[in-house]
Amino acid sequence: MLSIDILLNAIVTGILLGSVYASLALGLGITFGILHIPNIAHPTLVVAGAFFVYTLTQWGLDPIVAAVIGLVPFYLLGVVLYAFYSAVFERKGGANVLQSLTLFFGLSLVIEILLSLGFGSELKSVSVSYIGSSLKIGILTVPYRLLIPALLAPVTIAAVWLYLSRTSSGTAIRAVAHEERALSIAGLNPASVKRHAFGIATATAVIAGAALIMVGPIEPFAGRFQIGRVFAIVVLAGMGSIPGSLVIAIIIGIAEALVSSYLNPSWSPGVAFAILLLGLALRPQGLFGAAR
Amino acid sequence: MKTRRQFHKLVAVTAAGLAAPAIFGSKVFAQDKPIRVGASVSLTGPLASTKNGQIGYELWRDDVNAAGGLLDRKVELVIYDDQSSAANVPAIYSKLVDVDACDVLFSPYGANLSAPVMPFIKQRDLFMIGMFGLAGNDVAKHDKFFHSGPWGPNSGRDWARGFFDLAKAQGVKKIAIINADLEFSKNAAKGGAEVAKEYGMEVVFNQSYPPNTSDFSSMIRNINAGDPEAIFIASYPADSTAIIRGVKEIGISDKVKLFGGAMIGPQYGALLGSLGPELNGLVNSHTFVPEPTMQTPAIKSFFDRYTPIAVKQGVDPLGFYIPPFYYVAGQLAAAAITGSKSVDPAKMAAFLHANAVDTIAGKIAFNEIGDWKERRVLMVQLRGIKGNDLEQFRNPGHQVILDPPSLKTGDLAAPYNKARAS
Amino acid sequence: MKKNSLLFLAGVIIVLALGFLMPWLLRNPFYFFAGYVVLQYVTIATGWNILGGYAGYINFGAAGFFGAGVYLSAFLFTTFGLPLPLCILAAAIVGAILGVLMGYLTLRIQGVYFAIATLGLVVVLETIVHNISGLGGASGMAVYGPRPPAWSPGPSQYNFTVMVVIAVASVALARWVEISWIGRGLRAVRASEDAAECSGVPTLRLKLVACALSGAVLAAAGAPYPFYTSFVEPVTAFSLIIGLNAIAMPLIGGTRTWVGPVIGALLLASVQQIATVTISSELNILFVGAVLIAFVAFAPGGISDLFGRNKGRARP
Repeated sequence: MLSIDILLNAIVTGILLGSVYASLALGLGITFGILHIPNIAHPTLVVAGAFFVYTLTQWGLDPIVAAVIGLVPFYLLGVVLYAFYSAVFERKGGANVLQSLTLFFGLSLVIEILLSLGFGSELKSVSVSYIGSSLKIGILTVPYRLLIPALLAPVTIAAVWLYLSRTSSGTAIRAVAHEERALSIAGLNPASVKRHAFGIATATAVIAGAALIMVGPIEPFAGRFQIGRVFAIVVLAGMGSIPGSLVIAIIIGIAEALVSSYLNPSWSPGVAFAILLLGLALRPQGLFGAAR
Repeated sequence: MKTRRQFHKLVAVTAAGLAAPAIFGSKVFAQDKPIRVGASVSLTGPLASTKNGQIGYELWRDDVNAAGGLLDRKVELVIYDDQSSAANVPAIYSKLVDVDACDVLFSPYGANLSAPVMPFIKQRDLFMIGMFGLAGNDVAKHDKFFHSGPWGPNSGRDWARGFFDLAKAQGVKKIAIINADLEFSKNAAKGGAEVAKEYGMEVVFNQSYPPNTSDFSSMIRNINAGDPEAIFIASYPADSTAIIRGVKEIGISDKVKLFGGAMIGPQYGALLGSLGPELNGLVNSHTFVPEPTMQTPAIKSFFDRYTPIAVKQGVDPLGFYIPPFYYVAGQLAAAAITGSKSVDPAKMAAFLHANAVDTIAGKIAFNEIGDWKERRVLMVQLRGIKGNDLEQFRNPGHQVILDPPSLKTGDLAAPYNKARAS
Repeated sequence: MKKNSLLFLAGVIIVLALGFLMPWLLRNPFYFFAGYVVLQYVTIATGWNILGGYAGYINFGAAGFFGAGVYLSAFLFTTFGLPLPLCILAAAIVGAILGVLMGYLTLRIQGVYFAIATLGLVVVLETIVHNISGLGGASGMAVYGPRPPAWSPGPSQYNFTVMVVIAVASVALARWVEISWIGRGLRAVRASEDAAECSGVPTLRLKLVACALSGAVLAAAGAPYPFYTSFVEPVTAFSLIIGLNAIAMPLIGGTRTWVGPVIGALLLASVQQIATVTISSELNILFVGAVLIAFVAFAPGGISDLFGRNKGRARP
């Protein structure tokens, strides 16, 4: 009864969901993985991005177009957030993890409440023509509702990674994580480089938000359920390894899909962390991280 | 040393701050004081979508006060936010009773939030109207507790029996059951499995899934592999959407006659609007729909006033599922107070046990543990939905009542795939 | 040092005496309901600080230990009828074991990974509880507590007194850790783990001890909870709010000494309790969020640090 088509379909679904997780984790991969700022508000920013996309789709725009429009305001939001963060911490010679965590926790509470005041607590979703139909390839049935958001992840991740590795301002971002002093000797202002990086990270939240709201309806508090998973992805990939996070996210997605197909869906929330604990025990620097 | 001294100072200040309300909040029993009705509502957190019930409370209070109050006393609502967390409930109800001196209590929403308050009201012998808690009083068996919701007796097992009655009438032999791993849906599925067994149906698939699951394709494939003739689903709003979409994407066997049962979500405007025609054919539970057998001038007037407020507050503009029963809770309390001419819990409870009460949701009589004597959960089939306009749901014919027979407005359209396409 | 300890002992006796006497002096039960929650957070913040404050290892998983305590005590009480003190003891032991296990798995790696791994502990434990039907799963489990003993006027007062005892015991434990060789070692770990290791401090063993003590206190804080709510279910027992308050409270109070978490918990928990029954709307949570941001921004060393600095300035 449990035939090859159920297995194959489960794997495909896992790949798609994994890609969506990768979108969610991308911004955190930059802020936490490269800048070492534990931005636990990132999932909430993604939800804020989803609400932004929702608002524009109410005017008849496609969610992806809406997300592209959202890049600029979310970039600016990120710049403002980082300016605030650095005003609080950098002048004291850097933040300790504890204080940053609390700051971002406070921030996520504020964002959640502002969203629920602004949009109400009802579930919001987008309806687009391609949601509800599927692509059929042989025995595979691939819903567009998952396929389109899943395609966003590799595209965005590739764009971010090309930017970080091929352009000089991107290289500066990666450099700032390693050696701030050298960067300022080279004539670059580390603060503005970090601000720029934080802006990019926050801009990815609106793309992830578009993916999230296409997959299923959201409410203002939806970010909380994602915190654990996205941190697991960033840490497992190895801090700072952006392409690695896509691979890890897909592994987690497949593992969850297989567990819920063959074992019981009620065990699937534990999957990401079981993999995380295993990974940390075997290879503490992450699967794709360079051992520094 | 110095920190300790400051610490003691701080303790003193905190203690004084905690003690202060006691001075202001002392009990006053004078007759001209308002009657206080205390409640906890989930304004924030995962259950915040139930907060539109508060409009029901407030409309009731305004109506009662406009008519001169109860026993010539004004009615005052005291409402706190439990943040959808059971951990906040004990302190809130102690505040309502011990500091605010409320005469009547309304429970928080649902069984999980109400459970912490049951031993408290039993031990202190207080009068409470329960809000939507399934089988909320079946353990405590408190004799001064009354459900405003229409779950009926033995609700843990029986509240969704209508679905299985319909399935039985269709000659269903094999059934699949899935549920979200949350209190309400878990109990619904457990009760459903028992009823299915009682009716001699084989449960070919029975699985629970974690909250916030967004993809059901593998589960739907597994269900299809079991070849059921009916699928009973107990889900919450986000997963209801994902399941409906998943069925559309993956497809389901033509043998399935009934699909739905206990899905939360397709009662609310948000989901009706976003899914629209995708909901056609679904057979689901409900508490009120504007069908000719249920529509009365009283409840129509309620919704005429509810809708503008709801639109202003950004909550569900339809509000069929929860808000009328929050108004009913008020009407039950009012009947108990005026009927017994007192706010004494024992007298109020005795009145409700002895008399049926007329409310906007019809005439209600209670059994000894405060369940409605008759279950009046509706099984409705969604039909003829076109586009995403919410206003169509205010007209009859889109949410046809199949069960209970006394309120029936149409027959089941089956199989599901055919009803879905119509 | 000696004089300090005597003063502390006197403070402990006074607080304990108040814990037993207050229920007879103050008639209104509400204060014992609210006070219970405040004291619960004093215990949680204190327990968290043993590892998080002294050693600088951030534990996101306070709710995991707390929830384990909640469910263990609910299970032991409903199946074996164990009395409350034994439930608390059992919870503390299991919490300590859980702490050591957790530490053994993850403490060899960097602090930040440890933090993430603890977040996983909560999810894993919650998933397990969801899947054990004997614990009620998602439907929860009703716990009708024992009759309070004669020396307490009612169940809410009894729970309050029990919580006073637990809180005092944890604060005393935290103070002892702080002034003993363990505390000195942990401070060295916090300052520079490599340097500590090189100068012969047994860092791993110290961290494991801290994990065990911290876990024991956090689990003990959860043990009376089933009797407070008469009902347990996984979502509240493993609530994210507990884990985040456990971090926020020491931070607000100050993490270097035992006083900080106590002040932070008394303050933040009281504010939360008062806000719940006064503001009572979305603005309540907005307010807590704003307070957190304000503290991090303007008083990063916490209140105890703020007081100390002012004092220093006043008397140069």
